[in-house]
Amino acid sequence: MTKVFIYPTNSLILSDLIERFGHTPLAMMEGVHDKITTIGIDSPPLNITPEDPKYGLKYAAVEVPAGVRGRMSIVGPLIDKAEAAIIVDDAAISFGCMGCARTNELTKFLTRDKDIPVLELVYPYSDAEGKDFVYKIGEFLNSLPKEEQS
Amino acid sequence: MTIHEDGTLTKLVVISSDSVLPIDAALEIYESETNITIKETCFGTMVTGPEDTVNKVVKEVVEMDKNHIFVKERGFPPGDDRRCRAGRGGGPRPGFHFLRNEIGMLPIIGKALDDYDNNVPLEKVIRPEKLKVSHLKDIIKSEITR
Repeated sequence: MTKVFIYPTNSLILSDLIERFGHTPLAMMEGVHDKITTIGIDSPPLNITPEDPKYGLKYAAVEVPAGVRGRMSIVGPLIDKAEAAIIVDDAAISFGCMGCARTNELTKFLTRDKDIPVLELVYPYSDAEGKDFVYKIGEFLNSLPKEEQS
Repeated sequence: MTIHEDGTLTKLVVISSDSVLPIDAALEIYESETNITIKETCFGTMVTGPEDTVNKVVKEVVEMDKNHIFVKERGFPPGDDRRCRAGRGGGPRPGFHFLRNEIGMLPIIGKALDDYDNNVPLEKVIRPEKLKVSHLKDIIKSEITR
């Protein structure tokens, strides 16, 4: 199984398709789960701690807003672990926890900059586009190794 | 899926099927008699509990209509104070807008997965081009002069 990073990082469609084709999705939810279940940092209402912007310095410079560094403290380690990636652009909406445009740009940059296979697509809005979307993802995921990588 | 240190897992099961309703999925989970917590929602169910059990139960639910039931992990368990609407004075919970947006696309994806399984050949896709600024200006002018 290959660890596949997804962008948008909380996408239901991508996360499902990657599992369906026998790989492991690396998604934001996984990082959030680890954060909120770790004893000592479950201070409501936030799931980002004061330590996170410092940890985010590994991925973004100090003059970059703390929000970007805080988000990168979750997204960055996922990119580090990634063995392949699927980037879907042109999402009609990417707000909520995806809302930071600069984080999104940095996430895509770091993914493209890493020496891993990357598939780039846009969201489908018709049956024909949907078919093209699923077939391309299927082809890409089938080309990735299914055995455990050491 | 990654194994979490605390051994628990929460999964969102989103149903976009003509033959399976969220209540059917919930009943299937209740019948499994496992020590998991489920919450029925407008789009499907949320399942939380020990990782192995959740994965097993979710797999059974997906088998009900595998190309039209979609699953993703969720960071927060159902009813968590930081996300639950009950304690936040209502309104959509953070992240719901994106989920709703993707739910709108699920019929397209489900149909494409059916075609993929049946080896239906892919046709060439022609995407509509973006509107040119000059064309937009012409439309505005024609509307003003009308």
